[in-house]
Amino acid sequence: MKVYAVCGAGIGTSVLLKSNADRVLAAMGVEAEVQAVSIADAISAESLAQIVLITPELQEQIKGIRSQVIPIDNIFNLEEIEQKLTAALS
Amino acid sequence: MLAQAFGPNSIAHHLEVTDWEGAISSAVALLETDLRVTSEYLAEVLAINQKLGPYFVVAPGIAIAHAAPGIGVLETGMALLRLEESVVSGSNNDPVRLVFAFCAVDSDSHIELLASFAQVMSAEGNMNRLLNEPDLTIIRNLLTS
Repeated sequence: MKVYAVCGAGIGTSVLLKSNADRVLAAMGVEAEVQAVSIADAISAESLAQIVLITPELQEQIKGIRSQVIPIDNIFNLEEIEQKLTAALS
Repeated sequence: MLAQAFGPNSIAHHLEVTDWEGAISSAVALLETDLRVTSEYLAEVLAINQKLGPYFVVAPGIAIAHAAPGIGVLETGMALLRLEESVVSGSNNDPVRLVFAFCAVDSDSHIELLASFAQVMSAEGNMNRLLNEPDLTIIRNLLTS
């Protein structure tokens, strides 16, 4: 499974989000490749990610993408990330 | 690794009441004091905030101001400004009390640094400890040890 962690520049927030998503997915036993990308790259990417993790402020700008978009309110809250990923994958 | 990223002047209090952009400016100024960025970097950070909104308010009360690697960046670094009076950014995670600033020289050399940072920030209780701790030495130890 491919997951994008998205932020404006693709180097700060998205990397933090990727790092925590990696840990949560590993703990859940889900095999996934999480990539930190900028919002522009997420929209123009040739291979579609199954899931896009994003901060709520940017959600509007990624509307229309065919991935499942999951807004994360608190990127340091592993429980929130796990709950939302579990719901998305069930 | 985090200990290197936070320069000697990088963790500070801000005593004056200020607005969101003022808070970003003061946090990025800490990176400039430690010679991690030039004055150009602040313009980049403010531009991204104007363009995309306060998306770098990533957790309740906590922002990580940053722009893309390159322009105005001298060395990868982090800084933290603790606001005495929190400010409103327009994010759902308002009000903002801690403003981190982050800069990277390129798009991959800081990945491990941010992974360690995410680990510290996500450890149980650490976010609340940081939000409520007034002693800068204790804050530095918490972030870098």
